[in-house]
Amino acid sequence: MSGEFAIEAHGLSKHFGDLKAVSHLDLKVPRGQIYGFLGPNGSGKSTTIRMLCGLLTPTEGSATVLGTEVPGKAHDLKPKIGYMTQKFSLFGDMTVLENLQFIAEIYSFPTADRAARIDELLEKYDLVGQRRQLAGTMSGGQKQRLALACAVLHRPELLLLDEPTSAVDPQSRRDFWANLFRLAESGTTIMVSTHYMDEAERCHRLAILDRGVKVADGTPQQLQATTGMHIVEVLAEDPYRAQEALDRAEHVASVTQLGIRLRVLIPEQLQDPAALVRDHLESSGVVAEVRLTTASLEDVFVAVTMPATEEAP
Amino acid sequence: MKSLHRLLAITKKEVRQLRRDRLTFGMIVGIPVIQLLLFGYAINTDVRNLSTAIADQADTHLSRQFVSELRETQVVNIIRRVDTPDALVELLRRGEISVAVVIPPDFERRVIDPDRAAVHLLVDGSDPTISGVARQLQAMPIAFDTSVRPGRRDNIEVRAYYNPERRTPVNVIPGLMGIILTLTMMLFTAVAIVRERERGNLELLINTPVSPAELMVGKVIPYIVIGMIQLALILLVGDLLFDVPMRGSLADLYLAAAAFIAANLSLGLFISTAARTQFQAMQMTFFVLLPSILLSGFVFPFDGMPPFARYLGEILPTTHFIRLTRGIMLRDATLLELYPELIALGAFTAVALTAAALRFTKRLD
Ligand SMILES: Nc1ncnc2c1ncn2[C@@H]1O[C@H](COP(=O)(O)OP(=O)(O)O)[C@@H](O)[C@H]1O
Ligand SMILES: [Mg+2]
Repeated sequence: MSGEFAIEAHGLSKHFGDLKAVSHLDLKVPRGQIYGFLGPNGSGKSTTIRMLCGLLTPTEGSATVLGTEVPGKAHDLKPKIGYMTQKFSLFGDMTVLENLQFIAEIYSFPTADRAARIDELLEKYDLVGQRRQLAGTMSGGQKQRLALACAVLHRPELLLLDEPTSAVDPQSRRDFWANLFRLAESGTTIMVSTHYMDEAERCHRLAILDRGVKVADGTPQQLQATTGMHIVEVLAEDPYRAQEALDRAEHVASVTQLGIRLRVLIPEQLQDPAALVRDHLESSGVVAEVRLTTASLEDVFVAVTMPATEEAP
Repeated sequence: MKSLHRLLAITKKEVRQLRRDRLTFGMIVGIPVIQLLLFGYAINTDVRNLSTAIADQADTHLSRQFVSELRETQVVNIIRRVDTPDALVELLRRGEISVAVVIPPDFERRVIDPDRAAVHLLVDGSDPTISGVARQLQAMPIAFDTSVRPGRRDNIEVRAYYNPERRTPVNVIPGLMGIILTLTMMLFTAVAIVRERERGNLELLINTPVSPAELMVGKVIPYIVIGMIQLALILLVGDLLFDVPMRGSLADLYLAAAAFIAANLSLGLFISTAARTQFQAMQMTFFVLLPSILLSGFVFPFDGMPPFARYLGEILPTTHFIRLTRGIMLRDATLLELYPELIALGAFTAVALTAAALRFTKRLD
């Protein structure tokens, strides 16, 4: 188990017919970190995760996961990874306890420690009261906790979590992340895909995927520092008209509305972006407050996933 | 050792889920019993108005009286009168009639002769229902004949043309056994695996150390037991309600059933690798079930089918199983005598299982 990276992928591609679900993906996931995989639906997150655990054969490229070549001896890898599918695979017609017992049996978890381990997980993931409840009748958050408990039962070195929070409420999401940090602290490497910005921001590192292509990666701070854009925030009484005015304007790379605020991306090489935006708004007769601000991850995302044709000169 | 434990874990889980799945549980018992009752009683309903032709070569007062009594039973509908037995055979062969009655010229003498049958009834024996009816007619007394003649049982001698085995209604239940097991075994297995796929659980399972073989075998074991239970149920109901004979050895029958269940489970596994949804699995099951009903010799006599249909029929496990059950239950044949059918089932299992194992990789693509 040498090597500082849990996952190293080189030129990983997966095509479904003409569709290039993933193209030439290079990845380096350091051990013991939470690595985020940020991208909209259909950007290839699940496909990548499935290739990494040997469920899908890459069209091109290869990866080394925990020292095992993929594709190849994925079989050796199975006991070392925990995988949570996008659907929270659980046996809905079995109780919480039965689900955990089944997973323990499947992973040949030592019989003597089995009961203690299951009790520990029930406690940790707040499922003690549900132990005799059928998994299918639980709430989204409870199902998610059970799925996580099942994925970590055999103490895997690497956890692959595919959009684990897309079907649960904000409180469950916060609790879930607290659990992930606990796992990372104890040395588990975690790869988690998401389309939530706030979750991406919590990761130690992340990669942004867009239509199968990795468009950026690094720590959240690195990414925010290297957008190549000025971020101008516009507070307008009529954000709709302001957006209309800016959408048509020259040098404006993108305009995103966030409530009553607009976030306007202006290419870095231009001088005094705030004045530029102010001028555009005034010439359209829109009253607004304009100020320069720092990039959020959302801005990074918008900047790196922008179609090439709209990019400013 | 670990492998065996994983396999048993899968089996245990399957049984657990089965116990909670009332619908499937009901089907295990319901399908055999309901089918058996349906088919069993359908074949017991009395048949009327069978197309009949008569060759009354005697043409006496007595013979005409006999014909009118025959007509009064309403079982036969006399549509033709011909002169010779040959003409009757011709009509029978062309399928224009199901029953032919020959009254020989020496009818009056035969009636009082204990050693010779008075009337010949030719029936289309390829239809089991009709041969059943012939039995009924056989017992019909000739009313005017009141003299007691010891040693004489029947006035009419039945020769089941095209069917030396003499199919009787009882014939249907050994066949039905094959149909019921085909339906339930194939459907349960296919659905059991496709359901995991549909619910996304297969993706979880194949990401665990479970091997495809462990998964497939582990999932199938409960259904082998269920198949055996269904068989016992069919035999029990068949015996209690329909008096189906069990002339051969029960052990032979169970061995034959084991080979047959293995064939169907293999096919179910193969279907499960091809179907993406439970609905597709069901469609594919019926795609196999229909020919199993029609081409296996269950409904139509195998020998009467065109060559192409016969070849298709030979591929189906049900065909071989029905031959086995009819042989063992009705003709007291032993497995050893019927070994070609066993070989056919074994070959089918090997091919289907190999195909399923090749298709079932621990991958999604
Ligand atoms: N088995 C498959 N066959 C064909 N296309 C697929 C398959 N799996 C995924 N895709 C396509 O690949 C693209 C990426 O899908 P996916 O990896 O599931 O995206 P994400 O998880 O980021 O939402 C999508 O356009 C999807 O429709
Ligand atoms: Mg996905």
